[in-house]
Amino acid sequence: MSVAKLRIYRGDAEGGQEVEYDVPIEEGMVVLDAIHFVQANYDGDIAVRWNCKAAKCGSCSAEINGMPKLTCKTRLDTLPLDKPITVHPLKTFPIMKDLVTDVSWNYEVRKKIPPFKYAKDTDWKMQQVDVERSQEFRKCIECYLCQDVCHVLRNHNKKNEFFGPRMMIKIAELEMHPLDIEDRKEMLREAAGVGYCNITKCCTEVCPEEIHITDNAIIPLKERVADTYFDPLQWVMKKIKGS
Amino acid sequence: MANGTAQSSITLRTDTWWVLPLVTAIVLATFGAYSTWRAFANVDFLVQPYLSPFYSPYILASWWPFSPALLILWAPLGFRATCYYYRKAYYRSFFMAPPGCAVKPMAKAGNYEGETKFPFIIQNIHRYFFYAAAVVLFFLWVDAFHALWFEDGFGIGVGTIVLFVNVILLSMYSLSCHSFRHLVGGRFDVFSKCPTRFRLWEKVSKWNENHAMWAWLSLFSVALADLYIFLLAKGVITDLRII
Repeated sequence: MSVAKLRIYRGDAEGGQEVEYDVPIEEGMVVLDAIHFVQANYDGDIAVRWNCKAAKCGSCSAEINGMPKLTCKTRLDTLPLDKPITVHPLKTFPIMKDLVTDVSWNYEVRKKIPPFKYAKDTDWKMQQVDVERSQEFRKCIECYLCQDVCHVLRNHNKKNEFFGPRMMIKIAELEMHPLDIEDRKEMLREAAGVGYCNITKCCTEVCPEEIHITDNAIIPLKERVADTYFDPLQWVMKKIKGS
Repeated sequence: MANGTAQSSITLRTDTWWVLPLVTAIVLATFGAYSTWRAFANVDFLVQPYLSPFYSPYILASWWPFSPALLILWAPLGFRATCYYYRKAYYRSFFMAPPGCAVKPMAKAGNYEGETKFPFIIQNIHRYFFYAAAVVLFFLWVDAFHALWFEDGFGIGVGTIVLFVNVILLSMYSLSCHSFRHLVGGRFDVFSKCPTRFRLWEKVSKWNENHAMWAWLSLFSVALADLYIFLLAKGVITDLRII
């Protein structure tokens, strides 16, 4: 039986280091299986957050060979096994222990987004064609891989200025909803900091749900902000139409 | 089981993430150098009935002492420079912001302003460069049809095909633009009330999925179309008449 070398980051907020483990490879094995093998056979106290093991709960996010991925969705046979496989916690969020990070910042930011608001005389019948765009964004499993890979948060630590890609798709979901009447453009430009995104599309690359975060959410939001703040023609047209 | 420390402060990625930004930088720099040389050259751009796309529309202005290409090229240059796809390409390749996903950017942490400040805030007027580039595109279509008329009447040469392929690729690049996608229908929340706009948006969205491909193909085609006419003008090659 062939063996994979797993270099798992062990440590906490005080510091840590990689520890290497030999894991016998079984057919169809994913990285989370390998971590569970380590837990069962070497170090029972290794901390890893997981739940569904079906790429739907978004709990087991980590950085495998330096790339943010779900450990339950990353098969060992998709990785080069001639070198050790590194498994690190998400870099963007504070480490708690080993592979577990504190992602609570995301929940705090989420509270700042104005919720769905409807008109008093709303007719609640909706056409599928009108809700399809928002439905793509509802596939999000909140694994926060996109938040982790976003260099604005990860390397520049602009957590006070930029909400991050996950929150952008939440805002897009609400903004594109056919019955929502809230205007979030000022918030998008100011508090949410959509201008900090420079479209390098890493969020889209790592999304396990394959949501087109940049093309279908962030860019359309940037265009809506441009309608209001950077397009004099649109401004004149709105004045003429009286809206 | 063995202990070790984290490997690299730039990234933990072990794949060849640097190849794509490097190739992109080389290709864009080569195109930039070639197009700058040709734009300033002011010679060898017209071999009847073919006009180089760098000089279309051909403006004869006595008050303008420089190459007429400079009166035109700001439009397609601005369109490409503010293009959502090229932004990704050059932010990664030239500004290294970041050079790859989960790779450390070049700018120091905290110095990053994204597209919130000058000069990059100008990216927000991408739609205006789209309008200007659309005018140039119209003249490129005129030139392509003009290339069907030789001194002895109707005909098709290799140059005719080169110009038609170029203008088709440029049209696909323009029609798949993110701003155009927004303007034709993306800015509406209730598609069922504007079915024509919805159909247009659907079509543009389909093209938009391959915007990067159209961006590259049209970049190559415009350079190759100019090169073909340059070589004809220099007498290095002769145009083959098909009809």
